[in-house]
Amino acid sequence: MLKKISSIPFAGTPEQEAELKKVIAKHIDDPGAVMPVLQEAQGIYGYLPIEVQTMIAEGLNVPLEEVYGVSTFYSQFALSPKGKYNISVCMGTACYVKGSGDVLNKLSEELGIEAEECTLDGQFSLTACRCIGACGLAPVITINDDVYGRLTADMIPDILAKYKD
Amino acid sequence: MYRSNVLVCGGTGCTSSDSLKIVEKLKEEIAARGLEKEVNVITTGCFGLCALGPIVVIYPEGSFYSMVNIDDIPEIVEEHLLKGRIVTRLLYQETVEEDTIKSLNDTAFYSKQMRIALRNCGVIDPEKIDEYIAMDGYAALGKVLTEMTPESVIETILNSGLRGRGGAGFPTGLKWKFAAANDADQKYVCCNADEGDPGAFMDRSILEGDPHALLEAMAIAGYAIGATKGYVYVRAEYPIAVNRLQIAIDQAHEYGLLGDNIFGTDFCFDVQLRLGAGAFVCGEETSLMTSIEGKRGEPRPRPPFPAVKGLYKKPTILNNVETYANIPRIILLGADWFQGIGTEKSKGTKVFALGGKIEHTGLVEVPMGTTLRTIVEEIGGGIPNGKKFKAAQTGGPSGGCIPPQHLDIPIDYDNLLEIGSMMGSGGLIVMDETTCMVDIAKFFLEFTVDESCGKCTPCRIGTKRLLEMLDKITKGQGTLEMLDEMEDLCHYIKANSLCGLGQTAPNPVLSTLNYFRDEYVQHVVDKKCVAGVCKDLLEFSIIKDKCFGCSMCARQCPADAIKVTDYTAPGKKKPAYEIDTTKCVKCGACLPTCKFGAIVKG
Repeated sequence: MLKKISSIPFAGTPEQEAELKKVIAKHIDDPGAVMPVLQEAQGIYGYLPIEVQTMIAEGLNVPLEEVYGVSTFYSQFALSPKGKYNISVCMGTACYVKGSGDVLNKLSEELGIEAEECTLDGQFSLTACRCIGACGLAPVITINDDVYGRLTADMIPDILAKYKD
Repeated sequence: MYRSNVLVCGGTGCTSSDSLKIVEKLKEEIAARGLEKEVNVITTGCFGLCALGPIVVIYPEGSFYSMVNIDDIPEIVEEHLLKGRIVTRLLYQETVEEDTIKSLNDTAFYSKQMRIALRNCGVIDPEKIDEYIAMDGYAALGKVLTEMTPESVIETILNSGLRGRGGAGFPTGLKWKFAAANDADQKYVCCNADEGDPGAFMDRSILEGDPHALLEAMAIAGYAIGATKGYVYVRAEYPIAVNRLQIAIDQAHEYGLLGDNIFGTDFCFDVQLRLGAGAFVCGEETSLMTSIEGKRGEPRPRPPFPAVKGLYKKPTILNNVETYANIPRIILLGADWFQGIGTEKSKGTKVFALGGKIEHTGLVEVPMGTTLRTIVEEIGGGIPNGKKFKAAQTGGPSGGCIPPQHLDIPIDYDNLLEIGSMMGSGGLIVMDETTCMVDIAKFFLEFTVDESCGKCTPCRIGTKRLLEMLDKITKGQGTLEMLDEMEDLCHYIKANSLCGLGQTAPNPVLSTLNYFRDEYVQHVVDKKCVAGVCKDLLEFSIIKDKCFGCSMCARQCPADAIKVTDYTAPGKKKPAYEIDTTKCVKCGACLPTCKFGAIVKG
C-alpha cells in the first residue's frame, strides 16, 4: 500500500507530548508495545509524523526503522494529516471528461497543496477519489459531507470561501 | 422480576440505523408511563436478520418488530407494553398469518437454522456476565477445571470432530494436542478475530453478542494445553466488539473467572486484547502472531508450526472466534452430541454472513451439509426483483464461485474444496445475472494486490500480473492465449507462495475461469459483457421508436453525447434523440432519466 508522507512542519504541543510520554510509560514493559503505542499516538496527534515516530522509537528504545516499518505496513496508520475540511475530487470517467482535472488543478492552486496533502493551517486536505456515482452532476467534489456538482474551475474560490474561518 | 422484556439489537448493523436511540426512547416512554419496574429493556447482540434492522423483540410474547422507526416507539409502548395489544402493523410480516402470530422460530429464516455458536446472540445482554452465567455460562470451564484432566479435554474436542471455522478446517483437537505435547515455560492461546474478508461479519456478531463465550473457551484451551496467557487479536474497525470484549474481560476478572486460581483451583489464565490495524494478511496465523509481537505482520515459513514455535517462539494455538464459540457447548453436552450434527467429515454447524443479491441479508447458522439451495432460496428468501441466481461466492478473496449446477451439494469443507471453492470464514455473497464474473475476479484480485504483504515474489508480483491481464480482458483487449496464461500463472502462484494469502489468491480467477469460461470468451472474442458491467464493452443506445423526444436524457448527459435527430417515430410528436457513441463516456446517467424505457445498454 502506497503512503503519502506529509511535508507539513510538525506542530505538536507540549500537552500532546506529555500525553504521548504517559502512553509510552504505560506500555514500556509490554512485549510488542510498538503497535498499541502507535495506535494511541495517532489518537493524540491525528496522524503519525516522523517526529512522533522518533519520540516513540526513543521512548520504547526500539530502532526508528522498526517503528517506521510498522507505521507504513498497516493501512490504519496515517502519515499525513487530514484537514478540518477534506475535499475529495471525483476522478471517475464522467467527471474527468467534464473537467474534474481542471477543478483539481484550481483547488490545488487556490490551496497551495497537491492532492493527498493538507494545508499548513490544517484547514483543508485534498484527495482525488474514484467515481462516487454522481455522474449526472459531473464534475463533482465533496467537502466532508457536502456535495457540489456541475462545477467549473472558476466556481472554486467562492465555494472555498464558505469554509474559510 | 419483570413482566416484559424488550430486547433491542445492539449489533453493528442495527446500531448504524440508530437502534441505540431506540433504546433511549423506549426507556423514556416506559418511564413516562411508570412501567420501569415492570418492563426491562435489554440491548443484545445480533439477531441475524440484519436486512430488517433495527430489530426489537418483546417477550414473553416473542413479538418480532422489524425495521422499527424511532417514531413508532410511543405506539409500541402504549399499545403493547401498557395495554397488551400487539402492534401487528409493525411486526415482521412473515410472522403474521391472518389472525395468528407465528413464533420467530417458525419463519423461513429461522426454522432451518440451528444455533450453537450464535446461541446467545440476540438472547442475552452481552455486557452483563450474570446473563451469560444464567445461560450455563462458565459451567463448562467449571466442569473442565474440577472434573477433567487436560488430556480428557483434548480427547473430547478431538472426538467431537470440530474443525477450525477460520477457513482451512484443520481439526481443532489435533492442534491442541500438538501444542500440549510441547514442553515450554510459557505457552499461549490466541484468538483470531481479525475478520478481514470483504463481506464477512460472523465473528464480529459473536464478539458483540456473546463475548464471554470466547473468554470461557480460551480459558478451557489454556487449561488443555498448559497455557496461562491468551491474546485476542481483533480488528480496530470493530469498535463495539472491542468495547464489549474489554467489559467482558473486566467482569470475568471481578468474578474470579479469569486471573489467578480460577474456581479455587491452581489454574491461572489471563486474556489481553490486541488491536489489528487494517492488514488482511494478519488473518494468516504466523502473520497474526508477528503482529501481536508489535512488528510488521509478515508471515513466517512453516515448519516450525505455531504449536512448536509460535508467539514469542513459544508453543501457541490460534483458533478462530466461531471455533471457540462451539467449545463450551461441546464440553457441556459431550462429543457425541456434536458428532451427531453435520456430515461425515464436517461436524456441527457453520455460521454464514449472507450478502449480495439476496432478500434476507444477515447472519445464519446451519448444520453442516445444508445445501446452498436451502440457504439461498429458503433461509435467504431468494433473489430480489425476480432476477436469476448466477453464482454464490464463498471464502472471500481466498474462495471461489459456486455455479447454479452445484446448488444442491451439501455444504461442508471437503465438498466445497472439491468444487473449487472453500468454506472460508463464512462470507457468502449471492450474485445474480447482473454480476459480471470477470469483474468479480478482478475485484478480488484488486483486493489481494493491495493486501499482499510483499514478502514473497509469487504473491507480490504474480497477483499484480494476474490483475493486469484481467484488466485488459474487461477492457476488451484480452486474447484467448491470455486465458491459458492466466491459468498457468494461477497454479504457479498457488504452488509457490509462502502463506495462505498467496496460496489462495488465484482461487477467484481459477473458479470463474472454470465455471464461467464462456463469459471470459465473450469478453475476449465478442468484446461483450452480457452482465452489462464492464464499461469499456458497453454501448448505450436509444431505441428511436420508443423515444418521445422529451430531451431529459440529453440534459442529463455530462458528455454532451446525446443529440436530437430528424426522425420522428410514428405516433410521437417530437423527433427522437440518439447517442453519439464516440462521445459517450458510458456513465449511465441517461438511463434512469428515461421514463419510456427507450435507452438500452448492452
